[in-house]
Amino acid sequence: MSADVVLASGGLSCHLMSGCGFPAPGAEIFQFDAVWAPTILGVTFSISKTTILLFLAVVLILGFFLYAFRRPKLVPRGSQNVGELGYLFIRDGIAREAMGKDGDKFVPFLFSFFFLVWLLNFWSIVPFAQIPVTSIFAIPVAFAVIVYVTWVPLGIYKQGFIPFFKNMMFPPGVPKAMYVLLAPIELISNILVRPFTHSVRLFANMFAGHLLIASFSVAAFYLISASVVGILGSVASFAVAVALTGFEVLIQALQAYIFTLLAAVYISGALHAEH
Amino acid sequence: MINVFAAVISAVPGAEGAGAEEMPSVLAVPIDELIIGIIAFLIVFGVLGKLALPAIKKTLAERTELIEGGLAKADESQAEAQRILEEYKAALASAREEAAAIRTQAQADRTAIVEEARNEARAAAAAVTAAAEAQIAAERNQATSALTRQVGELAVGLAGKVVGQSLEDDARVRATVDAFISDLEQQAAR
Repeated sequence: MSADVVLASGGLSCHLMSGCGFPAPGAEIFQFDAVWAPTILGVTFSISKTTILLFLAVVLILGFFLYAFRRPKLVPRGSQNVGELGYLFIRDGIAREAMGKDGDKFVPFLFSFFFLVWLLNFWSIVPFAQIPVTSIFAIPVAFAVIVYVTWVPLGIYKQGFIPFFKNMMFPPGVPKAMYVLLAPIELISNILVRPFTHSVRLFANMFAGHLLIASFSVAAFYLISASVVGILGSVASFAVAVALTGFEVLIQALQAYIFTLLAAVYISGALHAEH
Repeated sequence: MINVFAAVISAVPGAEGAGAEEMPSVLAVPIDELIIGIIAFLIVFGVLGKLALPAIKKTLAERTELIEGGLAKADESQAEAQRILEEYKAALASAREEAAAIRTQAQADRTAIVEEARNEARAAAAAVTAAAEAQIAAERNQATSALTRQVGELAVGLAGKVVGQSLEDDARVRATVDAFISDLEQQAAR
């Protein structure tokens, strides 16, 4: 149970039948006070718990992979084995799956995304961290923006400006009349909506998962009281919170995979026009 | 969707200034967090892409090459072994053929040799038989003529004693004796 959440949601004395309503956790559990707020070039950077966790994740990822791949051997041992498993998963399972042999060039890009997103998601269930950094909307947006400014220029560069938009808006194998409807839809869905859905998909999953675990944790604490309903409810809420935590582990990996796979699919679409 | 759009668009320019009293929207995208997120990714991408991943990529390529090289070598060895086996089989087959030819030849030779030896033996036996027969004939002739003369002499002697006079040098007597003897011979021959 997250002490942060309990404290933020009404204090330690708030229980059932103590004249205190259920302190349902809300958006405030995703807000953290800045511990430091330097202003650089007119932009005030508020460094909060989530910012620190973000950079801690960066350090952990770099630390692990630099260590694992420091002197790679032909016959892998220990951490190199684990690192290679990750590398081959990204290369064969995502990059080559989405764009064939061309995908090899994009392995570092996709690799960085997958492990960064996964670890940021994973903070959700690490004691004392207990917040998925990807549930701070700006973070998935930042990542989606990077993917967007990668595949759009890449597509224009590879296919040419006019063919890039033509291939996007007029997919082959459709009756001519349908293009009246299809062309604007394709343009809007690919150019405007795509970065949005890309980031919201990740954000919303992590946000909702965290909110659910927080709600059941708060309920388990709130329901502790001198009544049968309270005790049973508390135990049940605690059990659900534990089960949801286990479920979150799967969601975290799955969302990191989906985010990375979509990035690969967008890049693949930019490299080769759909046929 | 429209709502969310509005929230994002309104949040981007000034999330901080949205209001100190109101809780900022969870869909707010403060510019500083956006920049920090981008920087965090670029650090990971830059360091891994430059330092960690090229090394492992190279190692994996080397490993693939090594395994493929090993497989190719194994294939080569197998082909070589197969080739040698074929050669050996061919040599064995030709050796067998040769042996069979030699055996057939030997069989033929043996028959010829046996036949020749038999003929020779037969000829030798015939020669020996002929010689013996000739000798026997000669000896018999000799014995016959000797016996004839002695019998003649004996008969003449006997006849002379019987008639009391010598008939030895008488030509007539001789003719008689000869006639007698040829008579005897004719009887013997019959």
